[in-house]
Amino acid sequence: MLYREAGQYKTNYAADMAIFPLREDRVGIAIIILAAYSLAFLGNSFLLQAVMIPFLVFSLAAIGLNILTGYTGLLSLGTGAFMGVGAYACYKLMTAFPGVNVIVWIFASGFFSAAVGALFGLPSLRIKGFYLAVATLAAQFFLQWCFIRIPWLVNYNVSGALDAPLRTLFGVPVVGATATPQTRYLVVLTIVILLTWIASNLVHGRIGRAWIAIRDMDLAAELMGIRPLQTKLLAFAVSSYYCGVAGALLVFLWYGGAEYDVFNINQSFFILFMVIIGGLGSLIGSFFGAALIFIMPIVLGIVLPAMLSPFGLSVGADVIEHLRFMIVGALIIFFLIVEPHGLARLWQIGKQKLLVWPFPY
Amino acid sequence: MAFRKLSLGLAVATLVGGTALPAVAQDSIYVPLFTYRTGPFAGSGTHIADGMHDYLQMLNQRDGGIGGVKLVLEECETGYDTKKGVECYEAVKGKNPVIVNPWSTGITLPLIPRAAVDKIPILSMAYGLSASARGDIFPWVFNPPSTYWDGLSMIVKYIGEKEGGLDKLKGKKIGFLHLDASFGKEPIPLLEELSKSIGFEVKLYPIAAQDMQNQSSQWLNARRDRPDYMIMWGWGSMNGAAIKEAVRSGYPMDKFYSVWWPGEDDARSGGAGAKGFKMLNWHAVGTNFPALQDIVKNVVDKGMSKASKDKVGELLYNRGVYNSLLIAEGIATAQKLTGKKAVTGEDVRRGMENIKLDPARLKELGLEGFTEQLVLSCSDHNGHRAAFMQEWDGTKWVKISDPIEPMTDRVRAQLEAAAKDYAEKNAGWPKRTEACDKAS
Repeated sequence: MLYREAGQYKTNYAADMAIFPLREDRVGIAIIILAAYSLAFLGNSFLLQAVMIPFLVFSLAAIGLNILTGYTGLLSLGTGAFMGVGAYACYKLMTAFPGVNVIVWIFASGFFSAAVGALFGLPSLRIKGFYLAVATLAAQFFLQWCFIRIPWLVNYNVSGALDAPLRTLFGVPVVGATATPQTRYLVVLTIVILLTWIASNLVHGRIGRAWIAIRDMDLAAELMGIRPLQTKLLAFAVSSYYCGVAGALLVFLWYGGAEYDVFNINQSFFILFMVIIGGLGSLIGSFFGAALIFIMPIVLGIVLPAMLSPFGLSVGADVIEHLRFMIVGALIIFFLIVEPHGLARLWQIGKQKLLVWPFPY
Repeated sequence: MAFRKLSLGLAVATLVGGTALPAVAQDSIYVPLFTYRTGPFAGSGTHIADGMHDYLQMLNQRDGGIGGVKLVLEECETGYDTKKGVECYEAVKGKNPVIVNPWSTGITLPLIPRAAVDKIPILSMAYGLSASARGDIFPWVFNPPSTYWDGLSMIVKYIGEKEGGLDKLKGKKIGFLHLDASFGKEPIPLLEELSKSIGFEVKLYPIAAQDMQNQSSQWLNARRDRPDYMIMWGWGSMNGAAIKEAVRSGYPMDKFYSVWWPGEDDARSGGAGAKGFKMLNWHAVGTNFPALQDIVKNVVDKGMSKASKDKVGELLYNRGVYNSLLIAEGIATAQKLTGKKAVTGEDVRRGMENIKLDPARLKELGLEGFTEQLVLSCSDHNGHRAAFMQEWDGTKWVKISDPIEPMTDRVRAQLEAAAKDYAEKNAGWPKRTEACDKAS
């Protein structure tokens, strides 16, 4: 009823090519952003610190991987390591130059990650598909090895771990133990919105079309004048940039200290699953995927005991954990069967149906 | 249609779930237990979780809590995963926990800076950051009864005594089989320093976390190097796999030493060949103590425990009991100090600092001879207690030595440097403002 195309005329090319051609969509996105910001003042610290911040961080990492795997069709298992590069680079930068604002270093750390990503992306020119996945696996293991073996990366800390020294923005602590969940959330949210906006412009523009052309048929793309070397390496660099920033956010604005083990192969798979469930080649799918894989277990952990307790069943934390695993696993299979193109496709179908509702066509 | 019902039900359930968080009454003390009964380390974690839970549950059943105040116990499953551990911390933070025990070095590290801000003390029993033994720099973190550096110095001392003096170790080769993570690497600087001053040679055998079950290549190296002694710093399935590999490659078991983390199951996996394997420990095994009998009577027999009766009294179970003993003692001491019944995190921090578990107090608690005396103070959050050596006789652990005092003089220097280093690198690390109690 409220969601109608009727009466909205596109009178110029810009309006026709807009990312959100419908007024309702523009209003919707504004409401979502507004709601996200107001959550900072309405949500409690558990919601912000344990649910929303990690959700946004994982969404950002998923966008990064989606650029590589979803848009350019290059499968990567090195996401965790690229996130790690960002985190370690950010740590080195912020301890070496404590005078510079930490936000600057969070953005700068992504460039280190991008350089490393482009380096490990070189084999993508010769190998494809699963073979490339194995090649990126080498990046995962090599970088993780570096994180353990090079004490310089952690400033020779005896604990071998990254820690978050106190850093402020406009006099308010954003990194370090005294930073409130509210400030952390606002910073993470702003960074994620900004980077998502940039990613959206990238994938909808010339560069994005080149990536998609490479994904769909690289030989044809090459014949049409798209250079595979530059395009693929750019995809690796941009993807790693996003992962790097996500890694820095993960350590300094969420955990507040971490071991090398955070960036292990499981992390890579975790992000890859988000991308696959959310929808390959979709930015909103990255958010959906992160929500399903990360938030769903937390919700289940709260809901399940509450659902079972009226029946007089009190179950232990471990049983809940097993149930979480089983239910999330079943949901993943369910969604993949119902819609193999991920949640983003479901979302799209829903919107199309809504446009013509109550008629089925 | 079915879809709509399902989603409606889910939405309702979410609302209900969101509001139905267990309310903590005023006259109770909330003690969250971070446990891991799932995941790759569940084999060790389950026994520890049972021990921790059962001891506190026993206090609830037998005495109605501590000082007449009931303990509200809640387990939070971490799966030994930092991500979930941090989530657990956020989940329990709002319910006024008096203490948290992360049971993973990875989870402890992010929590250390938060402890002072949230006013929740951390008990990382013989793991975590060794430097946090310094109470003047880390007022909110406790890691009794010994640090890893203490542990290593005890093993070296014991080996030295067997050889007839530390200087006899000169020219010997000592292998160090460790988990290639901060936990396993922590003792290395001390080991290298000892090797320099005493004159033995150190061979490092790192095991990456993903290769814990597959150590054959490192044992091949060990076979080539033929170290005179092997010291192991492992956790989870690494311990069992190492013992198995040692048996297979014919390494003499009586030369194989470990820090305090292997359990019965690990030693059993080596079969008959594991006989003679030695490890450090600081508390007794078995159920031959009144308090443990009370656990069996009041908790296990009543079906309130997840542990089967034959597991009660095993090494890792008793390790959990020791952990809970410290929690309970911290709370009891806090009650005595403040005169309050329902103590808070700040009170328990003071309580922990004033813990005095002497033989008389242990006897009172029904744990006479269970462990060595432990006295913590304002500046010493660790105790640096002696541990003893125990040997696997094929079916059970047998205590084979008197308590071995750590080489305090050598360890102290490491500790001071590390704590200072941590505070310096964390620019703005707060100076201790918490007052010290006179009693300590």
